[in-house]
Order: sequence, then C-alpha cells, then structure tokens
Amino acid sequence: MQLTSFLQDGKLTVALTGEIDHHCAKAYIQAIEGKIEAYTPHTCVLDFSEVTFMDSSGIAVVINALRSITRIGGRLILSALNEQPKKVFKSSGMDKIVDIQEEIYEV
Amino acid sequence: MKFENYMTIEFPSKSSNEAFARAAVAGFAAQMDPTLEELGDIRTAVSEAVTNCIVHAYPDCIGTITLRCKILKNKTLDITIKDKGVGIEDVDLARRPMYTTGGTDRSGMGFTIMESFMTSIVVKSSKGNGTVVRMRRKLQGCK
Repeated sequence: MQLTSFLQDGKLTVALTGEIDHHCAKAYIQAIEGKIEAYTPHTCVLDFSEVTFMDSSGIAVVINALRSITRIGGRLILSALNEQPKKVFKSSGMDKIVDIQEEIYEV
Repeated sequence: MKFENYMTIEFPSKSSNEAFARAAVAGFAAQMDPTLEELGDIRTAVSEAVTNCIVHAYPDCIGTITLRCKILKNKTLDITIKDKGVGIEDVDLARRPMYTTGGTDRSGMGFTIMESFMTSIVVKSSKGNGTVVRMRRKLQGCK
C-alpha cells in the first residue's frame, strides 16, 4: 500500500496508488479512517489517478471512507478515476451514492 | 468444445497471490489479442474469485487454489477456479449483491462483478466439499 495525503483549508486529499485488492484493502481502510478522525475535514477527496487496478475491495475502501466522513458531517469525493476502477464502481452502483469527478478536485 | 491452448497453476491461499493470479491469467490471455477493457474485465473477475477462496473457502488455514484457463475456439476464454475449502451452503444467497459473511473490509459485490464482467459464470459448491467457479468470456471478434 502506498498513500500520500495533504490537508488544505479543511479539505483532506488522499492519493491512492497502484493496485487495490483484498491484500492491501484493510491497510487503506484503516489509514483513511485514521486521517479523517485526526483531521476532521469538511471534504475528503480520494484521488484515484494513480490507481491502475481495483476489484470489489476498492468498493469496501470507499464505503468505509464514506462511513467515516458521514459520521462527522463531511463530504466524500472520488476524483480522476481510470477506466478499470470506474467500471467497477459503475457496475456496483457506487457512482449513484458517491460524487465522482473526472479531474483532480480543486477548491 | 475443443481447446486451442490451456494452462493450470496451483498456489496457496495467501492474499499476496491475488495479484499473481490475475497477472498470470492476463499473461496467458494476451495471445488472444484482447482489448485493454477485456483484459481489465478478466483480471477483475479472476481477482474476485481468488479472493473468495482466500477469505471464505479457507478462513482459518492456508489451502490450495487451482486455476485453470483454456482458450476455446471462437475467441472464448474459459477460466476455472477451484478450492477444497469449507464450501458454500447457499450459492444463490452468496451471489446476491451486497451479501457477505466477511467483515467491514468486504463489500459483498464479488459475484456481482464476476457476473457483469464475464459472459457466463457457473458456481458449484456444497458445504464441506469446496467450490468450483467456472467463468467464460467471449472476446471481441468472436462469431
């Protein structure tokens, strides 16, 4: 698992990297939850631009992030999805419950 | 249906083998000249099936997973993923979207994704006797 993040004006951006599967999903879930709890942002952006593959474990990562941010009244945005992760989200109906933006989210 | 080529691999149910399994199938399927989207679909379905073996078939031990791929005539890839684990008591229930017996790190969407990304899927299982998942994907240009 490789993850970088930064906080600016109450907006937390978390950039995920590489392939997301069951092997690394739990670490991503815990890391994202920890950052949301620590920084209590009004918006959390998950930057998928460097994610080259994900299976349904990636859906669990997003559901858990959504749960954490909703608990503190914030908003979750997925940004810059490549074609394969986008297809997984769409086939599971996740695109209807999470805000997906084409480009890297800017304030 | 006769095969044009095949491969069989066996590996232990360690989560580090999820990436290996999908890469192996993608490497084998490359000779069929798939599109990038087709290859992504196949890798995703294989990842789901292998993860099911690791998480559900062998919950408390390391068991063996057998992965067999066949290239059939008419640009069709046939993938069989077999385990000798605990088996599934109710296959129809397990295939329902959002159903999972895993923890919060599971989404319950594995079978739904396999169904939507592959042309066909057959699941054979019974409690205590392991599970066989057989999936087929017809590639572009198939008549």
